[in-house]
Amino acid sequence: MASFGNAFSSSIGKKLIMGITGLFLVLFLIVHCFINALIFINDGGLTFNIGAHFMATNWLIRAGEIVLFVGLIAHIVQGARLTFQNQAARPVKYAVSNGNANSKWYSRSMGLLGTLLLIFLIVHLSNFWVVSRFTGIPTTDANGHEDLFAVMKETFKNIWIVVLYVLAMASLAYHLLHGFSSAFQTLGWNHKKYTPLIKGVGVWYSIIIALLFALMPIAIYAGFIN
Amino acid sequence: MSTGNMNLTLKVWRQKNNIAKGSLVDYKLSNISPDMSFLEMFDVLNEGLVDKGEEPVVFDHDCREGICGACSMFINGQPHGPLQGVTTCQLHMRSFKDGDTIVVEPWRAKAFPVIKDLMVDRTAFDRVIAAGGFISVNTGNAQDANNLPIPKVKADSAFEAAACIGCGACVATCKNASAMLFVSAKISQLAQLPQGQPERYRRVQSMVSQMDAEGFGNCTNTGACEAECPKGISLENIARMNRDFYSAKFVSEEEV
Repeated sequence: MASFGNAFSSSIGKKLIMGITGLFLVLFLIVHCFINALIFINDGGLTFNIGAHFMATNWLIRAGEIVLFVGLIAHIVQGARLTFQNQAARPVKYAVSNGNANSKWYSRSMGLLGTLLLIFLIVHLSNFWVVSRFTGIPTTDANGHEDLFAVMKETFKNIWIVVLYVLAMASLAYHLLHGFSSAFQTLGWNHKKYTPLIKGVGVWYSIIIALLFALMPIAIYAGFIN
Repeated sequence: MSTGNMNLTLKVWRQKNNIAKGSLVDYKLSNISPDMSFLEMFDVLNEGLVDKGEEPVVFDHDCREGICGACSMFINGQPHGPLQGVTTCQLHMRSFKDGDTIVVEPWRAKAFPVIKDLMVDRTAFDRVIAAGGFISVNTGNAQDANNLPIPKVKADSAFEAAACIGCGACVATCKNASAMLFVSAKISQLAQLPQGQPERYRRVQSMVSQMDAEGFGNCTNTGACEAECPKGISLENIARMNRDFYSAKFVSEEEV
């Protein structure tokens, strides 16, 4: 019987897993960012809480959350394995290495940027996800929905949390700046007509997503939205 | 850029054999002509060492015309030195300044063990080629050019991939010591031509398996290989190899 052989365990297969899970997380960030950006309507979080309520109760979203965690964990585990394997492929390091002459620093630092994002993710999940899924959101808003916006306001009173979030979003911007177009290259989608478009979209995507996310804790801490 | 003769400090990796522990050794060179090639500068260094009764520095070189791919020095943190599109033998001392300190190391990769000093064992590349980088069809005598069913763009693209001289600069500069640019060039020079089609999907599987077995790292698309390649081999080849690999694994029913 024919099998897939080393389709996923080969060097190209491992990249394929990174690329597919990476693009999946890129799509997730669009949804996450769009719903969170509802706080900028500045209506005391009423619209945002409608969105949050939908995400918390819709069964399709709940099933999607499991897929999201599988994809996220696969991306993290595979990324860590690749990083260690790649370090092992050069047991004796160079005394002098001029990487900036031929590549961008963030393209060579995906493991480091990913680790920073993982640390942020642990804090972030305990800030919001654990509260909304397990320990419970203490208050409700005027519509009777769980007031996740109030949890946000409470969390972002702490300047250190705000600083952590903003720094994490800088890491995210650089991680995406390489990751977005890199995923397409890994999938073999290198084409004279589409690659310039992919690279352009990748840059704008990285900046807009990271900037919008970073503005949320800043705007709440500074009291621009209430 | 210098015009007069130069005094230089070299820091050269010296290593007795493949198991000995090596180190960087300082050498002072004086009166070096800016018109010398980098390898001629090493010839001057070695003559001085032989005169003093010391072991000359071992380094790979052959044609000294930039076409064979034998020379392989990692100079001041870059394979083949600071210039783009040239090999070490085509790098001239006019690219350096009087008083410069130049650090010269061998290619560093698990798959390229040091044999002695600056010479590394690149037979891993030969084994990757032997795994599938060939065709088994009889191509016959040279045909009339207009009889060949190959569009110009394809022929050009295959030719550009075939320009790879297998020097290993891509592996040397890659932060992961990945050989994907080399392997993808060797796959692409055949995958775009009719003669390469019968074994196309076997070839990509065999060569990628051998590449992995040799202990090269995994590509993370930093693009350093393309930037440092003396022959300008493009990242498009890596994307083509990936596409062929997926086709072979997920579409083809033939197993390798």
